[in-house]
Amino acid sequence: MIRVTRRYRFSASHRLHAPGLSDAENAGLYGKCNNPYGHGHDYEMEVSARGPLDPRSGRAIDPAAFDRVVQEQVLNAFDHKYLNTESAAFRQVVPTTENLAREIYARLRANWNSAFPGPWPVLDKVRIAETPRNIFEVSEMNG
Amino acid sequence: MLITKRIEFSASHVCRNPLLSDQENLELFGMAANPHGHGHNYVVDITLEGDPDPVTGMVLDLKKLKDIVNREVVTSYDHRFLNYEVPPFDRSVPTPENIAIDIWRRLEPHLAGDGRRLHAIRVYETPDLYVDYFGEVA
Repeated sequence: MIRVTRRYRFSASHRLHAPGLSDAENAGLYGKCNNPYGHGHDYEMEVSARGPLDPRSGRAIDPAAFDRVVQEQVLNAFDHKYLNTESAAFRQVVPTTENLAREIYARLRANWNSAFPGPWPVLDKVRIAETPRNIFEVSEMNG
Repeated sequence: MLITKRIEFSASHVCRNPLLSDQENLELFGMAANPHGHGHNYVVDITLEGDPDPVTGMVLDLKKLKDIVNREVVTSYDHRFLNYEVPPFDRSVPTPENIAIDIWRRLEPHLAGDGRRLHAIRVYETPDLYVDYFGEVA
């Protein structure tokens, strides 16, 4: 069993504003992240999958299929987008990177079997650095 | 406790399964199947699990670890064409997966003992692609 990790980058903007809170509460809670015009990050995302080696290729994943599902499900959806208005997932949910990591994990999970029809590899985890100093990780065990 | 030592080596390889045709290899590995080979600056993280010795305060003397890793891995791998010069890659494709497994096999017998064991081998083929191997777990 081997775990393979590939790193991707995307840039997006967001605004942290919880619909259940007042403007003053949002400003107090999120500070400058609540700026009405939003702000952006260069996200660095690691996606990991695990499985046994395919004896034919000596690989645990097909990198082309891996890149394709990430491109279609994540990069096309979020790269150079304003998360709050351009992604249905964040109309009512605050696009913190916690919630973004969960959304990305869920999207990959939901489309995994069409990318990898066999029993292996399985999706292992998604790890996103919003900045080099703030990092968020979602896996089966740590949803 | 886990401790990690990082080492680097540079090597060339070609991703090619000798049992397959040129066309099949090209379809399977793409650019990496170029028969002339290509190279990477590999980075390897070697992680040990163990308790610090009560006298030395160390899980394993990192100097000793470095000597073992240099002897067992770096001198064989560094500045080599893996397929031609580094067994077992005359028989198996030098993907990062197979490289991690080979490095585990080379190091594991030298690192077990004194309440310590090899925990993981991480091989970065590039900064954007790495694999982790934790040995054969039941």
